Amino acid sequence: MYKKNIYEVKSNRRIAEDVYRMVLAGDTSYLTEPGQFVNIQLSGLYLRRPISVCDWDGETITIIYKVVGTGTAMMAAMTGGEKLDLLTGLGNGFDTDFTRLLPGQGILKKEDGTYSWPDGRSVKAAVIGGGVGVPPLYALAKKLKKEGAEVVAVLGFNEEKQIFGYKDFADLGIPVCIATLDGSVGVKGFVTDALKNIDFDFYFTCGPEPMLRAVHRLGKERGVEGLLSFEARMGCGFGACMGCSCETIAGTKRICVDGPVMKSGEVIL
Amino acid sequence: MDMRVSLSGWTLDNPVIPASGTYGFGYEFAQFYDINILGSIALKGTTKDARYGNPLPRIAECREGLINAIGLQNPGVEKVISEELPRLRTVFKKKSIANVSGFSVEDYVYTASQFDQQEDIGILEINISCPNVHGGGMAFGQKPEAAAEVCAAVKKACRKPVYMKLSPNVTSITEIAKACEEAGADGIVLINTLLGMRIEPRTGKPIVSTGAAGFSGPAVKPIAVRMVYQVYETVKCPIIGVGGIATADDVIEMMSAGATAVEVGAANLVDPYACKNIIEELPVKMEAYGIERLSDIIGRAHV
Repeated sequence: MYKKNIYEVKSNRRIAEDVYRMVLAGDTSYLTEPGQFVNIQLSGLYLRRPISVCDWDGETITIIYKVVGTGTAMMAAMTGGEKLDLLTGLGNGFDTDFTRLLPGQGILKKEDGTYSWPDGRSVKAAVIGGGVGVPPLYALAKKLKKEGAEVVAVLGFNEEKQIFGYKDFADLGIPVCIATLDGSVGVKGFVTDALKNIDFDFYFTCGPEPMLRAVHRLGKERGVEGLLSFEARMGCGFGACMGCSCETIAGTKRICVDGPVMKSGEVIL
Repeated sequence: MDMRVSLSGWTLDNPVIPASGTYGFGYEFAQFYDINILGSIALKGTTKDARYGNPLPRIAECREGLINAIGLQNPGVEKVISEELPRLRTVFKKKSIANVSGFSVEDYVYTASQFDQQEDIGILEINISCPNVHGGGMAFGQKPEAAAEVCAAVKKACRKPVYMKLSPNVTSITEIAKACEEAGADGIVLINTLLGMRIEPRTGKPIVSTGAAGFSGPAVKPIAVRMVYQVYETVKCPIIGVGGIATADDVIEMMSAGATAVEVGAANLVDPYACKNIIEELPVKMEAYGIERLSDIIGRAHV
């Protein structure tokens, strides 16, 4: 279910080069899973701006966005107290039910809501993000951790000044591996280079399409399935205009409502 | 206050109809509000066979509007009838308007005939104005003879009222409208999108994959109002006015120009409550302007 509501900017702070973290206060009841997004109306601009949700609680929604054009530049200039018109609860987020994600493998769901292999081992989950694909993985990592998974975060950036989120993931008690293209921090290269020595049972990823393609290929080579979150230029964000449709093995899907999260077995990359 | 209007003997509770392609098959919006408040719904453009449409990106923003190059993505008439209409029926109890597109006269006749047999379809809206497909759509809407040929063929094969949806990308909109009326059209719908283009300043390349694509939104309203005004003076059949409508005042303006009903397009994409807000605002504006019966104002701009 979606909802249109007015939210107040509580804080808006630069956290890396051209990257900002904004906290919005208002109704959060329509957000149900990590990986969903909000669609923000900005005065003077015709279409809304779809931005993924980094985290939320009973009163606030946190988004992290990069300044890429007029709309995000307008957002970056906000200082707090501004009122914004948002559609929330948009998109299918990340499913974390491993009995569904790893079917037929005897995954157990315990009464406390945690999952494990039949022999009691934790499910090893890799959350793999690139640039502004990182934010939605934060609420996801938190949830996976709570549900008993052994989570590792692999985050890719171009260079040091673009890095953000490291501490947030580390504070969850999750090992974090950074990859930078210029080698200024962590592993030199792509997230797939950082993943070389990391073993996992399932992956969750969000980032630019070339990265998704590389992660998808790596998963295929290892015979590991995953969930991939896509981005696209959208008209409406709620399934009406067909502006963001893509072809999948399971037929034509709208990234906004059938996605943005899709199964590795369905996507065509 | 009376907001009812009549289209070829079919009475609508109010003149507000979401335009084809901006409202899917209705049920996305049913999550936001009870869509039974609408006059009717113009369904997503449907073709004989399923179509994926154009490659992404399909959308570019403009000042006061957007450019789209969807390219008639739809599951094909068979699936629309077997899957979409039954699903719509669970949330919408009124009749809908089927929007029919094609790549040949036979295509149009085939698809329209399928919808003609559906009880919950009130009007067949024949789209001879889609700018986003090659060898079809708008090609039929740019010559009076071709428009008339499609219209006459559909009219011959179907019982339901046939409304021709016209393109503004023509030299003379009145000639095309007249040709359609003479070929038996029960009504005229105008305008579809204008051909536009946006170029990304950084790359210097068009933003949407097709280059040129359909421009709509508040920016095109004066063109739509002018064309409705001109066509009203040329034909006797009812006109559904489309183009940039976002407020109750816009509805009143379009009806004053000569529209019996209106379709709301781009506004649905930025505010899913656009149609609801317009329907709720209409009585307030009617009272403010001393309008007792909305149908009384149709064409009042003409002397």
